[in-house]
Amino acid sequence: MEAFQVAIAERVAEEQRHHGRSKFFWVWAALLVMTGIEVYLTYQNMQPVRMLTILMGLSLIKAGLIIGYFMHMKYEITQMKWITMCALVLCLALMMIFFPDAWRIISLGPK
Amino acid sequence: MADATLPHDMPAVYEPSLFGTYSKKIGMWLFLMSDSLTFGALLYAYSYGRISTPNWPTPFHSESIINATIMTAFLLTSSLTMVLAVRASVFGNAKSQRLWLLATMACGMGFVILHGREWSKLIAEGLTLPIFPSLPGQQTAGEYANVVKSVPQFPATFFGLTGMHMLHVTLGVVYLGVVALRRKFIPILLVLWLAAWLGTPSYSPFHYGAHVLLLAAIVCSIVLWLKPKVYDSSDVEVAGLYWHFVDLVWMFIFPLVYLMSAKIL
Repeated sequence: MEAFQVAIAERVAEEQRHHGRSKFFWVWAALLVMTGIEVYLTYQNMQPVRMLTILMGLSLIKAGLIIGYFMHMKYEITQMKWITMCALVLCLALMMIFFPDAWRIISLGPK
Repeated sequence: MADATLPHDMPAVYEPSLFGTYSKKIGMWLFLMSDSLTFGALLYAYSYGRISTPNWPTPFHSESIINATIMTAFLLTSSLTMVLAVRASVFGNAKSQRLWLLATMACGMGFVILHGREWSKLIAEGLTLPIFPSLPGQQTAGEYANVVKSVPQFPATFFGLTGMHMLHVTLGVVYLGVVALRRKFIPILLVLWLAAWLGTPSYSPFHYGAHVLLLAAIVCSIVLWLKPKVYDSSDVEVAGLYWHFVDLVWMFIFPLVYLMSAKIL
């Protein structure tokens, strides 16, 4: 990308970033509502695995809203979005390699 | 040796910046990515312990859940005030920027105080770590005295994870204080240190933990005296990235640690 194209992309991003103050209030309200739903679900005596799935789903949506709008990632250039987010998700996913060992431990020990 | 000069009307040619943004922001994103792996490791360690331990405790009464929900609301509100501070800084509204930053700090301090209260309550009920100073009569009394013996993974991962997050929030408040008030923040920080140190009993982990504020005051003093500057909108935005990250991490700690371990009667 040429220098002038980068400058234009920066300017456009800067313009988008700081327009629409009400958008930030909507995101904040959505985050609070999702937190309320999480707390409500806690007391519904759901199966732990099902509850964990819903809670993590809501947490991922909340994380997406925070990264996208509050951290302005939505308005960054495409390369930055993909490189940073893919690297992060890959590294975090690799840590799941330990979970089969945790399940194995349950089946060990005196029967 | 002759001095070389460039004519003023010569068009400047700059190398395109990485990802089309300024280097401070890239640096902060790289730091946040590495820090997210730290929190990721702690969250996975907590989850590993939970999966592999059949009698995992569920110690959080509704009072604790309400407390943690208010803490979450504090952090979410602080993210809103932070993004408004960034917006004000871009539009060059210095007074508004400072007020929003101070509002963010107030929410952050509210979070730390509520979290400290929650920790103190759990410690008083017997949920503790060997490195914490012992409470009078703690060995025999307390609802969770047996939990420490039967499932030591729970207090270790709970205090490790939430303590690391509390440290990040505390340092975030200091960071925002420096950006908002610069040198004027140092005496305020020292007053906060004295209040936290002298206001907590000697058996509280916060009595010693308060020295983080003294350490932060020394480091900030060195930085501010060696390189005094007026922080511009890019500095506020970079500080905001850090603050939102702290909020983001809590969005996973809150359901995983608190909601999944709620005591339902």
